[in-house]
Amino acid sequence: MRNNMLTIIKKEFVRFFGDKRLVFTTVLLPGLMIYVLYTFMGQGIMNQFETSEDYVYQIYAENLPQSAQMMLEEMPVEVEKTEKGEREAIKELIANKELDLLLVFPEDFDAAVAAYDSMNAGSEAAPLIAMYYNSTNTGSNSAYRMMTEAFDTYEALLANKFDINAGEDDYDLASEKDETGQFFSMMLPMLMMIFLFSGCMAIAPESIAGEKERGTIATLLVTPMKRSHLALGKIISLSIIGLLSGISSFVGTMLSLPSMMAGASDTLSASVYTATDYAMLLLVILTTVLVIVAALSVISAFSKSVKEASNAIMPLMIIVMVVAVTSMMTDGAPTEWYFYLIPFYNSVQCMNGVFGFTYLPMNIVITLVSNLVYTLILAGGLAKIFDSEKIMYL
Amino acid sequence: MEEILKVESLGKTFTLSKKQQKLEKTNEKKRIAVNHLSFTAYRGEVFGLLGPNGAGKTTTLRMLATLIKPDQGDAVIDGSSIVKNPEEVRSKIGFLTSELKLEQFFTPNYLYDFFSDLYGVEPSVREERKQKMFDRFGISQFAEVKVGNLSTGMKQKVSLVISLVHDPEIIIFDEPTNGLDVITAKVVTDFLLEMKKDGKSILVSTHIFSLIEKICDRVGIIINGKMILCDDLSDITKEKSLEDRFFEIYEETVGETV
Repeated sequence: MRNNMLTIIKKEFVRFFGDKRLVFTTVLLPGLMIYVLYTFMGQGIMNQFETSEDYVYQIYAENLPQSAQMMLEEMPVEVEKTEKGEREAIKELIANKELDLLLVFPEDFDAAVAAYDSMNAGSEAAPLIAMYYNSTNTGSNSAYRMMTEAFDTYEALLANKFDINAGEDDYDLASEKDETGQFFSMMLPMLMMIFLFSGCMAIAPESIAGEKERGTIATLLVTPMKRSHLALGKIISLSIIGLLSGISSFVGTMLSLPSMMAGASDTLSASVYTATDYAMLLLVILTTVLVIVAALSVISAFSKSVKEASNAIMPLMIIVMVVAVTSMMTDGAPTEWYFYLIPFYNSVQCMNGVFGFTYLPMNIVITLVSNLVYTLILAGGLAKIFDSEKIMYL
Repeated sequence: MEEILKVESLGKTFTLSKKQQKLEKTNEKKRIAVNHLSFTAYRGEVFGLLGPNGAGKTTTLRMLATLIKPDQGDAVIDGSSIVKNPEEVRSKIGFLTSELKLEQFFTPNYLYDFFSDLYGVEPSVREERKQKMFDRFGISQFAEVKVGNLSTGMKQKVSLVISLVHDPEIIIFDEPTNGLDVITAKVVTDFLLEMKKDGKSILVSTHIFSLIEKICDRVGIIINGKMILCDDLSDITKEKSLEDRFFEIYEETVGETV
């Protein structure tokens, strides 16, 4: 009678893959949407912080000294000299985004700078340049950043006592592997967890609470099939479908990363991971999906309708999201074995470890085994629920 | 006559929710749905459970089909106890009620095969049986149409056929003609008589006198969860019609005129 489990799995697959719309919305759409969304987001971020190349900044300057005038001549700026009396009117224009920047120098700026001794910083105030700008105006904001940088450089030049990394040498000794590891281990465990959870959420309530709502599960329960076979058959088939959905989102993320990361992407490469790394990752993901589907199935079985199930899942979803974010906050995966007994957290930390090249095989094994044990416990619970007339029929 | 179903002192009590208590204006927390019910059905006969709505007919049948568990008592169906061996019982009976729905997405053909697998029917046996049943009920031309697109009557016929994929010796049928049009109802009643001829044992519940008169050999009258009378149909209807006899009994039991 063990093949009853296979019968159930087969039926779930026929149901899912026979419905082209369902396949499209659960498996293809998530990956596609993430790809489009992230690509646009990456471009949007770049546009937000950069003005077009031929943009000329409109700047007003009060008491413009000789030194600054020379610096400004080399920049894409149009400088207008102004008097103190016009200051308020110009500030108004900047606030209204009609002007980019107002520079206010003290009178005799160059002389004051030459006379100032930084050793006396305690008793004597340094000459002050005031820059009025508007951070919500892209042009104004980048003019401000450009000027700050230019004057900082100028200041450093005046008091040059030593240089840092001024030679031609490659000073950053981090390899491509390190950089990829650092970035991926921070971002991907969280994203994967969210993708997997939402993938499973799209199918588990429908398949269990939905069947209950429509009265079709009772038809299965009058057959001599064992309840545990029904529970396991459901969990296994839903896990495979949930996994497909999660993988689709993952592929979408990987493909959109170059544009998401803009310039930094040439140092990131998914090829730094070995086949073993990917195999570990796949095993962790597989058992994670089993736990998620099993948990969602139990919640769905308690619910009277798909809607009720979706609401009941929310608290679990929030917990999983919070746990997923821990990969961004901690510095590498913990090494203590007992952390890997905690469901969801163990998966996130394992993925963190795999992406960051810091995982201990022992901890992966603990995660895989404990995830399988949790799945079996939940499957046993689900079988009990299927046998409970109070939950199933009343 | 060989006993095929022996029900002994079967009982089921439901807990009423606060809402239900208010709705029914009662303070009792428990509702006895089935109260020490006992009866015996014999191989090859059609046994009818007759009673008004809420008498406990459906609850009794659900217990016999092992969908719910009795609080007390037991029933032995063809040698298997519904309490100790529910899985064995499920493989021996065909249970039919309008509450058991089929998934709209699948075709009758697919569902027949699917449920045959769950009941462990051999593929060769299955194909022959499917052909026969689909032809008998006119399902053949709709075999590849999704259940969701079938008419209500056709859905009922598909449900009936699928509940019998394993060709059970015992058929339990809750309100067999409820909600069916006259044509489909006749098809179903004729089929029940046909199966009786084939030597199957059938247990039906209904509140329709004419159905009982047409197909049943023996009748059990249930009122308020208790078996008031259980006898051959011919004995019950010796002096009066079944309808008159039922109202007489009802008056005696409940103590009010209908």
